[in-house]
Amino acid sequence: MLIDRRLGIFLAGLFVLVVVVPAGNLWLAGQPVPTYLVALIGKYLCYALLAVALDLVWGFCGILSLGHGAFFALGGYAMGMYLMREIGDRGVYANPTLPDFMVFIGWKQLPWYWWGFDHFWFAASMVLLVPGALAFVFGWFTFRSRVAGVYLSIITQAMTYALMLAFFRNEMGFGGNNGLTDFKDVLGYDLGGGGTKVGLMVLSAVALAAGLLLARAITVSRLGKVLVCLRDAESRTRFLGYRVEHYKLFIFTVSAMMAGVAGALYVPQVGIINPSEFSPANSIEIVIWVALGGRGTLVGAALGAILVALAKTLLTGWLPEVWLFALGAMFVLVTIGLPTGVLGALEGGLARTRRAPEPAEREA
Amino acid sequence: MSAPHPIGGLPTEALPQLYLDGVSRAFDGFKAINNLSLVIDKGELRAVIGPNGAGKTTMMDIITGKTRPDTGQVLWEQSVDLTKLDEADTARLGIGRKFQKPTVFESHTVEDNLALALKADRSPWATLFHRTTAAETARIDELLGLIRLGNLRDWMAGSLSHGQKQWLEIGMLLAQDPQLLLIDEPAAGMTDAETMWTADLLKSIAGERSVIVVEHDMEFVRALDCKVTVLHQGSVLAEGRLETVSAMPEVIEVYLGR
Ligand SMILES: Nc1ncnc2c1ncn2[C@@H]1O[C@H](COP(=O)(O)OP(=O)(O)OP(=O)(O)O)[C@@H](O)[C@H]1O
Ligand SMILES: [Mg+2]
Repeated sequence: MLIDRRLGIFLAGLFVLVVVVPAGNLWLAGQPVPTYLVALIGKYLCYALLAVALDLVWGFCGILSLGHGAFFALGGYAMGMYLMREIGDRGVYANPTLPDFMVFIGWKQLPWYWWGFDHFWFAASMVLLVPGALAFVFGWFTFRSRVAGVYLSIITQAMTYALMLAFFRNEMGFGGNNGLTDFKDVLGYDLGGGGTKVGLMVLSAVALAAGLLLARAITVSRLGKVLVCLRDAESRTRFLGYRVEHYKLFIFTVSAMMAGVAGALYVPQVGIINPSEFSPANSIEIVIWVALGGRGTLVGAALGAILVALAKTLLTGWLPEVWLFALGAMFVLVTIGLPTGVLGALEGGLARTRRAPEPAEREA
Repeated sequence: MSAPHPIGGLPTEALPQLYLDGVSRAFDGFKAINNLSLVIDKGELRAVIGPNGAGKTTMMDIITGKTRPDTGQVLWEQSVDLTKLDEADTARLGIGRKFQKPTVFESHTVEDNLALALKADRSPWATLFHRTTAAETARIDELLGLIRLGNLRDWMAGSLSHGQKQWLEIGMLLAQDPQLLLIDEPAAGMTDAETMWTADLLKSIAGERSVIVVEHDMEFVRALDCKVTVLHQGSVLAEGRLETVSAMPEVIEVYLGR
């Protein structure tokens, strides 16, 4: 069944959010939902989509990617490039074609890889294509040479680290250290306006719902069952005639594209994208979201991302210096105390996890 | 799947299904397989015995493309060079393999285990849009009956007993509709009655398909009632009926000399 109970409940929750938040921000008297909260919720929803993307490869296929933040960041940069071009001559240097940072480092013309980003449709396709292509090429080499387990995790981590170093360089043409920022509007809508913020938040909710449905459709299909086969018994799967590397490549690429979409929606809501999004710690945090929420459940991953992000917002407000310790402690406690994650514990509390009956006496 | 290859005017039945000649494979200088030659006819049931470390599993690794031999020839139906293929290729060609340690997909149901093994297009695209057909369900029913797991079809495979997993794995092999089955130690962990029943099952499979069975349990091998190959230090020590080979001094020495 495509929409099971847990997904149904979660989607219903998202729907309520999509109704309540815009109403509370735009139409109700006294604005019970302040605009900063709208942007915050939108940001959480992007994280949730990113977590679903990681759960697809880690939860269902056993690929522990410690570099998923890279796909998120690349999607974010693609969107950021469009937003930079949208600024036009409203920048500090009022240059109609060159973004401020390029004028600042003395560039005279737009590098070729910035061409086309003044069109939204082009940037939107790059949001999917760039992370997808990187995942495809990366997966092509690693899965074919049967790199798996810890080695694969380390290589994914190295990938995002290398990208971070590259994007830090001014000569790369992506704004170096500062990244891309000072965006003005998206598709003509003022990014500072409350209406735009609400629109982006609703779009994030729709993207999360679509991502969950897509992920669910994949995992309940026979292909999804094959993914679980190769997660649990890769060799057995090969000996049944399945080309394991093709399956990994498929799901890794789909997942990377989903992460790219999350990044693209994230950037206009936070107003900046810089190389720190590539930092290895970010990618590890995604893993924590998924583990905490419940690996291999999709909805759990989304829930985990939202809960941790919420805790982070609250804790960094009250006690910024303990946040990292709190995150570590949460992770340790959940892995020890709630092996099936928060979602598993929630559902287990409602009904004892159904177990297979004891083997019956076999006829001799 | 396998079209007959009428080479040299021989009748099809006389063609070997599998042909190994002078195969060797060393691991860090240690020859796990040493100049091994073996011919399996179409439809033949063959038992392979030998002490621990004789190279039985490694032989299966070589046939299925998991391990590449250093030297020697491995031919399928006298035409396909198996040393050039990998596990998925050999599976698609028609070689099914049961592992020494029974391996089924523990977090799938018994039914799904069989469904995933059914002969079909294995590409991601095909599996993504796959819809179960009535013919597939009928075939699964048939297999469930054959391996006697009919009343457990909705069970998680992980909750099966050791013996049931062995049968399920054999059922998965049959679902692939292979020409050759390689069965590594099927009787391990089975009661005497189960062992005998498994021997009957394998005997009923042979004939239509070729079967190679590796087993330590001599009662089981006796029940198979077929030609036996004794492997020792990576090569064939003796070949013949079980009564004949077990009376040979060199075989007795290998088994008692340990
Ligand atoms: N991949 C490998 N790397 C190193 N040594 C190996 C490898 N595979 C097999 N061997 C060695 O080759 C020898 C033969 O092993 P193999 O598993 O084929 O024996 P076997 O006849 O199946 O034994 P058993 O009855 O215990 O299953 C053993 O000494 C084993 O250690
Ligand atoms: Mg063995």
